[in-house]
Amino acid sequence: MSEPVLTVRGLNVDYGTGDDAVHALRDIDLTLHRGEVLGLAGESGSGKSTLAYAVTRLLSPPGVITGGEVHYHRRDGGALDLLALSAAGLRAFRWQELSIVFQGAMNSLNPVHTVHSQLTDVLRAHRPGMKRSERTARARELLALVGISADRLSAYPHQLSGGMRQRVMIAMALALEPEIVIMDEPTTALDVVMQRQILSQLVRLREELGFSVVFITHDISLLIEFSDRIAIMYGGRIVEEARAAAIYRDPHHPYSDGLLHSFPALHGARRELTGIPGSPPHLSAMPAGCAFHPRCGKALDACAGHVPVLAAPDGDASRTVACWLHRPAPATAAPRP
Amino acid sequence: MSKQPAHNHVVLEARSVTKHFPVRRTGRDLLAGRRRTVHAVDDVSLELRRGTVTALVGESGSGKSTVARLLAQLYPLTGGEIRLDGTAVKAGRGRSFRAYVRRVQIVFQDPFASLNPVHTVRYHLTRALRIHGRAGSGEAELEERLTALLERVQLTPPQQYLDKFPHELSGGQRQRVAIARALGADPQVLLADEPVSMLDVSIRLGVLNLLKDLKDRLRLAILYITHDIASARYFADTTLVMYAGRIVEGGDSETVTQHPAHPYTQLLIASAPDPDRVVAETEQEETGSGEPPSLIAPPAGCRFHPRCPKALERCRTEPPPRFDLEDGQWAACWLYADGGADRATGRGDDGADHTQKEAAK
Ligand SMILES: Nc1ncnc2c1ncn2[C@@H]1O[C@H](COP(=O)(O)OP(=O)(O)OP(=O)(O)O)[C@@H](O)[C@H]1O
Ligand SMILES: Nc1ncnc2c1ncn2[C@@H]1O[C@H](COP(=O)(O)OP(=O)(O)OP(=O)(O)O)[C@@H](O)[C@H]1O
Ligand code: SF4
Ligand code: SF4
Ligand SMILES: [Mg+2]
Ligand SMILES: [Mg+2]
Repeated sequence: MSEPVLTVRGLNVDYGTGDDAVHALRDIDLTLHRGEVLGLAGESGSGKSTLAYAVTRLLSPPGVITGGEVHYHRRDGGALDLLALSAAGLRAFRWQELSIVFQGAMNSLNPVHTVHSQLTDVLRAHRPGMKRSERTARARELLALVGISADRLSAYPHQLSGGMRQRVMIAMALALEPEIVIMDEPTTALDVVMQRQILSQLVRLREELGFSVVFITHDISLLIEFSDRIAIMYGGRIVEEARAAAIYRDPHHPYSDGLLHSFPALHGARRELTGIPGSPPHLSAMPAGCAFHPRCGKALDACAGHVPVLAAPDGDASRTVACWLHRPAPATAAPRP
Repeated sequence: MSKQPAHNHVVLEARSVTKHFPVRRTGRDLLAGRRRTVHAVDDVSLELRRGTVTALVGESGSGKSTVARLLAQLYPLTGGEIRLDGTAVKAGRGRSFRAYVRRVQIVFQDPFASLNPVHTVRYHLTRALRIHGRAGSGEAELEERLTALLERVQLTPPQQYLDKFPHELSGGQRQRVAIARALGADPQVLLADEPVSMLDVSIRLGVLNLLKDLKDRLRLAILYITHDIASARYFADTTLVMYAGRIVEGGDSETVTQHPAHPYTQLLIASAPDPDRVVAETEQEETGSGEPPSLIAPPAGCRFHPRCPKALERCRTEPPPRFDLEDGQWAACWLYADGGADRATGRGDDGADHTQKEAAK
């Protein structure tokens, strides 16, 4: 595997302080490698967006990072401690080195400016040497990348469909060719042809330019095709991480297995949709032990009292999983409270 | 299995409906005396039947939401007509519009934006009941109706939800409240614009099953707009496919998804996530590339022709009419001009993979 470009170690995030604090992220360890597409999947409320905000230092109160480290690794080998970066340092870092497409971004375009001016503004601010005509040419190129006809450059956001607005946001994130692109549910409003087109453009650009992508979604089906590795989150923790094909062929965590069986299939026989019984846990009432145990069909006695740590299962160093089915379960005589 | 109950009577119907939006004129337009428009919806006809879910799928920007808004009378038509129970509806505000809205309700895509954050569930639902004169007389009756509405969307026990604010509810619960509000009018038609695309997998199924239940129990005519054609297979009786402002194919959902006739539908089906494809380590193929269609100057002839792997000469100039195939399926595509259905849909052969490779060329 190539060298790391972003490393997250032991990251913890709370919402609120003191007695009211709830733990949104717990002991997150994650490495993004150069040129890699990393998928981040999990149900609503599992902490995916919180993770994206925390590593980019965009978390706003009441969110607080209570522990851990996040490092960005430059091509020249130098490392940047993102949690220690000054406000000015952060501004230079974002867009240039890292861009993020926010969840619900389709509602965050400025309603009083045309697509053209929003795209060229980014270029004007960060590429002062660019001529006006070059900026317009680049804006057209970016729109083509996301499948929007260039004659819509002069449209205002309200004149675009929901999916078109979402695509304009993706184009903006790619405008400056950053090293890392984080996309939080960027394609929820798009048809599969369009999703596939945008994802294959991303993969192609990634090969040309060598950037890395973190792709966040609750729809795991497309991730399996387009990402190199997938990390699955549940209740604020990463519960499994492996190569995409390995997750699909042989999910180790019962929750990953449930996610894979929650989608209606288009091809083949119509099958019963099982989904995952129950609903995701609330942060203020996180079950003890393995947070998934109330919904888990395979729970052991140990699961309700002991938190399984994320580690490589026996005899396979290429992946990690946090589940007692994959390591010797502790005796249940004296479960911790 | 969901076969279309063809005998069910048509509640709402669009006949050759067209919607063009004016585009801001540039200096060059002014000089040339040009007035350009976005051809968002062109010559769309569809029928919504009682007790039936009709899915409208298609490319992003192809005009699906515009069709829903036209059916809800939120935009004036550029051309064509809309008929409710066989009678053409006249554009208008005031009392006739109220009466129309009581029978045709729309649920918007975004459950996060469609409820007012400063008001409780009780407020939203009471207001809907009052507007449509269904609040009953007196407190007790109102309470009864509110409870019934929440029960209908399976938010139970209702007491637990009535006094909640939107931010205290999950996305799926909010979407159910939005649907309950629409049901407050006791409509005959529900227009649901991507009701689940913002929702999580675990709640998505619940909302879709709810729509199915409403169809069965209340005999609603439902338009289900989605970009997820797999969910159309599972939840809709009929599926219509839109491309660049036109409906290009229609028919029974199982037929359209398993034996797509129109080359765009074939591309759409072939593009659906199919993890086995990668796991088998096949080469990633580029699909669906090519120029995005402009709706300001839409391609002449068949609007799909610049991207169509099967385009014929006449496709460049003549727009294809609708050709009827077997089992009520139809397609607007010249391939079917001489009853060439079996040849082009590839019925009986290995389907998706095959069309995938062709579409990719
Ligand atoms: N500002 C906030 N105050 C308190 N709790 C919050 C806040 N923002 C998020 N949370 C909580 O933190 C948890 C994680 O939220 P997050 O948005 O990261 O989830 P997610 O995995 O991105 O979910 P989704 O798929 O719905 O976007 C949720 O339980 C959420 O309720
Ligand atoms: N108010 C408007 N003014 C100008 N053009 C508009 C307006 N509303 C929609 N359009 C255009 O009409 C076309 C169809 O838009 P519509 O929102 O109906 O698409 P859609 O099929 O719902 O797409 P999506 O799946 O992305 O939501 C788009 O090209 C859009 O830009
Ligand atoms: S640790 Fe136990 S409860 Fe948790 S996923 Fe594994 S088997 Fe299920
Ligand atoms: S009419 Fe012609 S261009 Fe259009 S879909 Fe059919 S074959 Fe392709
Ligand atoms: Mg999120
Ligand atoms: Mg839409």
